[in-house]
Amino acid sequence: METAFASSSDATLLRAEGLACRRGEKLLFTGLSLAVGAKEALQVAGPNGSGKTSLLRLLAGLSRPFAGTVARGGRIAMQDERHALDAHWPLERALAFWTRCDGAGQGAMEAAAARTGLADLMDVPVRYLSTGQRKRATLARILAQNAPLWLLDEPLSGLDEDAIAMVESLVSEHCTMGGACVIASHQPLRIAGLSRLALADFAP
Amino acid sequence: MMAVLLAMLRRDLANFLGGGRQGGALLPVLFFLSVALIVPLAVGPRADILAQVGPGVIWVAALLAAILPLDRLVEPDLETGFFDQMALRGVAEEALIAARIVSHWLTFAPPLLLATPIAAALMDIPGDRLLLLEVGLLAGTPGLAALGVTIAALTAGLRGGTALAGLLLIPLAVPLLIFGAGSIRDGGESGLALTAAISLGLVALAPFAGGAALRAARE
Repeated sequence: METAFASSSDATLLRAEGLACRRGEKLLFTGLSLAVGAKEALQVAGPNGSGKTSLLRLLAGLSRPFAGTVARGGRIAMQDERHALDAHWPLERALAFWTRCDGAGQGAMEAAAARTGLADLMDVPVRYLSTGQRKRATLARILAQNAPLWLLDEPLSGLDEDAIAMVESLVSEHCTMGGACVIASHQPLRIAGLSRLALADFAP
Repeated sequence: MMAVLLAMLRRDLANFLGGGRQGGALLPVLFFLSVALIVPLAVGPRADILAQVGPGVIWVAALLAAILPLDRLVEPDLETGFFDQMALRGVAEEALIAARIVSHWLTFAPPLLLATPIAAALMDIPGDRLLLLEVGLLAGTPGLAALGVTIAALTAGLRGGTALAGLLLIPLAVPLLIFGAGSIRDGGESGLALTAAISLGLVALAPFAGGAALRAARE
């Protein structure tokens, strides 16, 4: 389903230095540096409102840091609470749009859908899917996207036990194949070799 | 990147034409025709007066019809994170807006141009003026589409954004209206040329203004 990524095992896929983030008048964190290389997974932990989502958006390049720099070594796949799927389209068509954008084939999409347990839901319009099913649909998109760096924002929210185990094994597999993953979550994750970054350590 | 934009164009066309809950491409045209239908009722059935005010009324109706689809041009895709996912794939915001202008124009203008002869017949507008009207609308609607997408990007995410968008569109579209409708009164080519020039200027500027608005909305 997924090929190993071209980069060598010691390549740094993501490096941030001296990051500071401001939301309105409030400084969320400051002096944050991190580096994520191939085969590494990093959990960003912190209570609600500590800036986990803001950090992920900075790392993705979707917003600009108040201070500091971010360097990315490859394409990025990101999952957040918004599904970016056309709600009135059947799941298959909605996902097919993104696989076409990503240059992945029909086969990659079907494999990703089967892996995330969506094979039976492909003809259901996205608006009829439950929260957890939509979450799995965005995971399927990430799988088919075949990007080395995954940024997952609260990937476990709304998922049942089996789906949580599925997310954990997907992340492990992705890292084994030379990918890297940054996960923002306040929940404990059972992933081998997962390092942890507590945002509270960088509070101003 | 080209493949992404083409895929997006296909998706947008399907969305804007079908439209689902928002009525698709049909609603602005029905609105446009209903304005042409009620004007003779309000002004009275005298053919000479109708033929006199008719072209101007059709331009005003086209302008008002352009307001209807504004709320679904940018806002829904901003809300669902669609534009974020596009940005992650390295598509520039300017390109997103340019593609959106194309898809908006394609779903908005041709139905309007097709409905114009019907509206003209309702108001007894003679054939030579109808031709001027059609050419003027063809020249002016790209500018209207560009304005519409830019304003939709600027007001996306604001409370009461739709009402504000309508208020913003009208004054900005006044130059198009003056030269577009004016060209019919004096039957001149200069009015049409100016309409086309304004339209081209708007189409050229809109991707940059709209792109900046999209980036600002993300922060």
